[in-house]
Amino acid sequence: MEIITEEYSIKYDVATATITWQGIMRLNGKEYAPLTTLLNDVMAQEPTQITFNLQGLKALNSSGITMLGRFVFGLQKKKTIQLLMQGSKDIAWQKKSVKNFQRLMPKLQFEWA
Amino acid sequence: MVQIFGECNNDPLKSQEYLRLRFSPSSAPLQLRWRNNGLSADFLADYLITFFPSEENDPQSCEKEAELKGAVSYIANELLENAMKFNGSTSNVPIKLELMLYSDHLILCVSNHLPSENIAGFQSFIHELLNTEPQDLYVRQIERADQDDNMTTSGLGLLTMIDDYNAKLGWKFESILQEKADNIIQKGFISRFLNKIASLVSSQSQRAKLTVVTTMVQLSI
Repeated sequence: MEIITEEYSIKYDVATATITWQGIMRLNGKEYAPLTTLLNDVMAQEPTQITFNLQGLKALNSSGITMLGRFVFGLQKKKTIQLLMQGSKDIAWQKKSVKNFQRLMPKLQFEWA
Repeated sequence: MVQIFGECNNDPLKSQEYLRLRFSPSSAPLQLRWRNNGLSADFLADYLITFFPSEENDPQSCEKEAELKGAVSYIANELLENAMKFNGSTSNVPIKLELMLYSDHLILCVSNHLPSENIAGFQSFIHELLNTEPQDLYVRQIERADQDDNMTTSGLGLLTMIDDYNAKLGWKFESILQEKADNIIQKGFISRFLNKIASLVSSQSQRAKLTVVTTMVQLSI
């Protein structure tokens, strides 16, 4: 499962249950729908843990943060899937904003590269 | 009539450096213009960095530069996205984006026309934003977005500016009079001249009252 455009890409590796995010995502609200569908498909496979590799996601607007927040909130409601986020402190939005996801899912784990 | 909410104490005359961008309204569909939001925001951030030369060998100053650039790029993009989304399609009010630099802070400012049907909703969100703990509001907004698939805006842009970037926000709502759209479409000099004459003798009934909202974001540097 993957979505690749000129500006960003999102790829799911089934073997490691890892979603790798790359590029710049500043989409207009509703344009995030295909990405939400991909995330929901991954959740439906019910792996014990999902890893988000965000180290290549240089920019994300607040609509994108909302999309990720909804997914994290969905996992929290489900309670059976762990989430590990791998981020980079060199990327401004990650340094500033990823801590908020822990408010939605206290057991969320972070790894900084 | 002018209404002020939050922190709106900007004095443009005292600004050492500034940059202003104006976007003409409705000249291209929103979808085509969307990419320009990010490009303009990045341009503003790059421009600002000129005034903060960092030492290449000093990791601390490089880190500060990257942080400031990231913050301005994120906030300017959010402000422009909001302005483009909410700017009324029937007005000829341009969207303005400004960056003003002061000795210890900077101000990012965007102004756009806000259709009358959206004013009450926006002001009630501002009230919530200024009177709720940001952490609580963050969770509430995600829950709201989760319950409503059609919700196209979560207000998270403004909330993250306060919560994640320690920005102070303020809004100014101003009423202006503008000629109605029929009078704005002018093809040539003669018709412009005739319209001018007509507008001089016409009553205010041919003018529409519009609300322009300015969102002001203050960031420490």
